[in-house]
Amino acid sequence: MESLLDTLGLSQSVQLLSLSPPGWGGNLLRGLANSLQIALGAFGFGLLIGLFGAYGKLYGGPILRDLLAIYTTVIRAVPELVLILILYYVGSDLINQAALAMGYGRVEISGVVAGIWVLGIVQGAYSTEVLRGAIQAIPPGQLEAARAFGMPPLMTLRRVTIPAMMSFATPGLANLWLIATKDTALLAIVGFSELTLETRQAAGSTRAYFTFFLAAGALYLIVTLFSGALFARIEKWARRGQPSLKGGTK
Amino acid sequence: MTAQTRQTDAPAPAETAILVEDLHKSFGTLEVLKGVSLSARKGDVVAIIGGSGSGKSTLLRCINFLETPTSGRIVVAGEEIAMRADGSPANRRQIERIRTRLGMVFQAFNLWTHRTLLENVIEVPVYVLKTPRAEAISRARVLLDRVGLADKADTFPAFLSGGQQQRAAIARALAVDPSVMLFDEPTSALDPELVGEVLTVIRDLAAEGRTMLLVTHEMKFAREVANHVVYLFEGQIEEQGPPDQLFGAPKSARLKQFLQTVG
Repeated sequence: MESLLDTLGLSQSVQLLSLSPPGWGGNLLRGLANSLQIALGAFGFGLLIGLFGAYGKLYGGPILRDLLAIYTTVIRAVPELVLILILYYVGSDLINQAALAMGYGRVEISGVVAGIWVLGIVQGAYSTEVLRGAIQAIPPGQLEAARAFGMPPLMTLRRVTIPAMMSFATPGLANLWLIATKDTALLAIVGFSELTLETRQAAGSTRAYFTFFLAAGALYLIVTLFSGALFARIEKWARRGQPSLKGGTK
Repeated sequence: MTAQTRQTDAPAPAETAILVEDLHKSFGTLEVLKGVSLSARKGDVVAIIGGSGSGKSTLLRCINFLETPTSGRIVVAGEEIAMRADGSPANRRQIERIRTRLGMVFQAFNLWTHRTLLENVIEVPVYVLKTPRAEAISRARVLLDRVGLADKADTFPAFLSGGQQQRAAIARALAVDPSVMLFDEPTSALDPELVGEVLTVIRDLAAEGRTMLLVTHEMKFAREVANHVVYLFEGQIEEQGPPDQLFGAPKSARLKQFLQTVG
């Protein structure tokens, strides 16, 4: 094995990527864990915003609808990197001012929380539109039946609207999740040690740019492949009541 | 069979299942219902007939407030539905409770496509009425058996014919043991060869004394199962009475013409 790596000239790369120091593999995996944690949190927070946003846009009053239109337009118009800078610095500034006003000292803002907050707001704008479209795609009779049988609104949301829209929403949400995993890389700019920043540090310290960025790319690819398989299963489940487009039954 | 109660302030008699008084409904400037009054006693089968745009479906949908009436008075099983001045229900909980007493069957079935037939039938009993799940399931199996779908309990609606879906929808409506069943053109979306199986189920329900309001285009069927027929024309009751009288010796010229066109 070792002789094979030697002949391929990869033994040095393997050493560099080893999980224990002096290898940097551990740092990369820690970065990946941070990235996934933020992506998961931001995606979930975004879904929550998206559900409220979609409901507000569909059933809200004129003022709420206007506010949501401003939210989705602005967020989707401004480059995400700029948004991250704005939301991160404005957000932490506001929190610190509030803390000072209430007589506390400066607050140290956790990178994970800040990342989730910032990316969640970005994701929420896209989620709002994905979910709004999915809710509108539900045949109106499904919701009318719920109403006709005396289902209260929140129960209708849980028992009919969400399950019925899942098959329409899953492809869009899968996209959003993949975007979330990669948007975490943008947090490197505010100094949060996710996968990309860890990679840059490892590469900078060792001058082995190619090795580390290739390794990071492979990690992102693995995440994408796993996500794809997971979302395929979710979509299959969400479409369980629908005949396949390929024909045949079940 | 059907008595018109005209005194607005008198309480509805206990045996009156549905009482509708002076119901008006406008969509914008278009007045679809222009003061309709009708009542059904327990066990009555009232057929509502009329041309397209006569307001018959709107009348049915106003009774459970799927459409908000513009004005009027609706009493279900002795309980008047509280309305605001604009006709909207004043009390959400009241209207939700009353809706569980009105088993609605739609033209387009409207089964929940992400749930199997059994799940469709137990949905309202389990989640809205809080019936224990085991009890709801055993009741649902009896109902599915009754409409001839016992072997389809675990099938999703999309894999069934329209007639089967509509029979399942009737089982779903029966699962709440409704005081009144509302049928909104239950066979209009079906292929002709599937109409019969659905009518058979409705006929059985009529025979066992279910109170029903039935909006239909099936004149022969209406004559056979209903004990009172209402003919709507442009949002008003043009003529009503026992089926033999209405179909056999219609007084109104419009009804005569309508019966000729629909054959």
